[in-house]
Amino acid sequence: MKNFMSMLADPNMQWIFFGCMLLGLSSGVIGSFSYLRKQSLVGDTLAHAALPGICIAFMLTGIKSIGVFLIGAGIAGVIATFGIGFITRHSRLKQDAALGIVLSTFFGLGIVLLTFIQHGAYGNQAGLDKFLFGQAAAMVGSDVVTMSIISAALVTICTLLFKQFKLISFDPGFAKGLGYPVAFLEQLLMLLVVVAVVVGIQAVGVVLIAALLITPAVSARYWTNRLGVMVALSGMFGALSGALGTWISSSVSNLPTGPVTVLAATAFFLLSILFGPQRGLVAKRLLRQRVKKRYMMEGELRAERMKGETAI
Amino acid sequence: MSQTANKEYTASEAAAPLTISGLSVAYQKKPVLRNVSFQVKEGELIGIIGPNGAGKSTMMKAALGLIPSISGEVLVYGKSYKEQRKLIGYVPQRESVDWDFPTNALDVVLMGTYGRLGWFGRPRGKDKAFALECLEKVGMAEFADRQISQLSGGQQQRVFLARALAQNAKLYFMDEPFAGVDAATEKAIITLLQELKKQGKTVIVVHHDLATVEQYFDSVLLLNVELQAFGPTADTFTQEKLQRTYGGRLAFLDQGRGERL
Repeated sequence: MKNFMSMLADPNMQWIFFGCMLLGLSSGVIGSFSYLRKQSLVGDTLAHAALPGICIAFMLTGIKSIGVFLIGAGIAGVIATFGIGFITRHSRLKQDAALGIVLSTFFGLGIVLLTFIQHGAYGNQAGLDKFLFGQAAAMVGSDVVTMSIISAALVTICTLLFKQFKLISFDPGFAKGLGYPVAFLEQLLMLLVVVAVVVGIQAVGVVLIAALLITPAVSARYWTNRLGVMVALSGMFGALSGALGTWISSSVSNLPTGPVTVLAATAFFLLSILFGPQRGLVAKRLLRQRVKKRYMMEGELRAERMKGETAI
Repeated sequence: MSQTANKEYTASEAAAPLTISGLSVAYQKKPVLRNVSFQVKEGELIGIIGPNGAGKSTMMKAALGLIPSISGEVLVYGKSYKEQRKLIGYVPQRESVDWDFPTNALDVVLMGTYGRLGWFGRPRGKDKAFALECLEKVGMAEFADRQISQLSGGQQQRVFLARALAQNAKLYFMDEPFAGVDAATEKAIITLLQELKKQGKTVIVVHHDLATVEQYFDSVLLLNVELQAFGPTADTFTQEKLQRTYGGRLAFLDQGRGERL
């Protein structure tokens, strides 16, 4: 494996390194709220829905830029959200089925458009097919600058509106009673998920980005009972996954950065599910043993006392 | 001139805590609440009674603007509830939230202060002290740092009540606070209701246990999609009116009352 410092010495790698950390951070932060609102799979659907949006944005403008893609993915995300709402309201289908339908429809459309772009007049230089599984190596300095601005905006919004996001995640009815614009805040959270997806799409791709929305948040939940700490930890797990993913994939030749980042996030999850305090499997097992031992000891003591009493 | 203005002011101040007129709510096509009108007096404990599916919770939610109504007007102290949100406290059904949420009891109670904090404000030391005071009032101060999933059902209910107290409201809506709670919690809730009443606050409670109605409430509202009866408990909570509200499903009532007597 290549030395960590020597990787950072390469200016090109620096950009990729920071880019992957940023995408991990922003998806980790916003993913916490989706997870707590039991909308993890909505993130996955929005990610898949982003693909046709990005394709159409590219076909209309002919430009490959995060800003343009953000608009395309945003519009596609809004339509997808609307579609999910429409299906659940006007049919007997539950949300999981509605998500499945919308996800696969948008993704299918995205693949059709991708093929169309590749065989069309746009030429191969489009390279949009890389958005399926991501290609971190294609990131350049200007991309990372855009990503930094977007991530900073996302984290700022989550910090400023922390109170509101917390309340609509825990008890939307009460939030509405207080006069919070719950529908607007929910839409805003949804939009921030789309933003996180677009930030991550170049490095990790639409198929795997959901992993970075879900896994760091779930891992963070194992370590704390406080929302603020959980969101921060989740962002940190995401950023560390991005860092590890870049490092490992740059050290071992021909490993793709995005998927390795996702696997790194999974490794954090495994550590958390095993060693998390209170909730972790090891902690639970130890607690059970301790309780059992104490019970047995008390039983023995009682038996001895009884014996002593009968002897007298 | 000034006298008239003054008079108007007094009139709106003296307006009833809650006036509902012609309130109707429908889910899909079926009306679940039809043309309900009533007015509650200040400083009363009011129980809303009726069979399952009678629209009790629905009426409460519609009055709070949580669900849309198809017609009707809701006035809180003479103005629309939107202008008077700060005067309203709300205790939703306990099952309406996920208690595995990463937060502790004190933090949930602090949510009651959010309405006064403004858009970007954070709860400060004095808000925390007040929240702790509210927890104290429901006998839960020692559980302030406890993760909410590690509380019993009754304790969770008391945390919800403390949160409503932290709203520092004049008119309280409570959706089945007594449902599935232990004896200690039931006692804590009723003590709290009495104290709120003493402070001149008005409390409207969706209630299920017919055996305790006479003991707990000043007024009773009988509901079954339409308003069946409303008035002081002694005149309203009668065999005949209950029979009408519940249809034939009231065989257990006599037994329940007999036991208590």
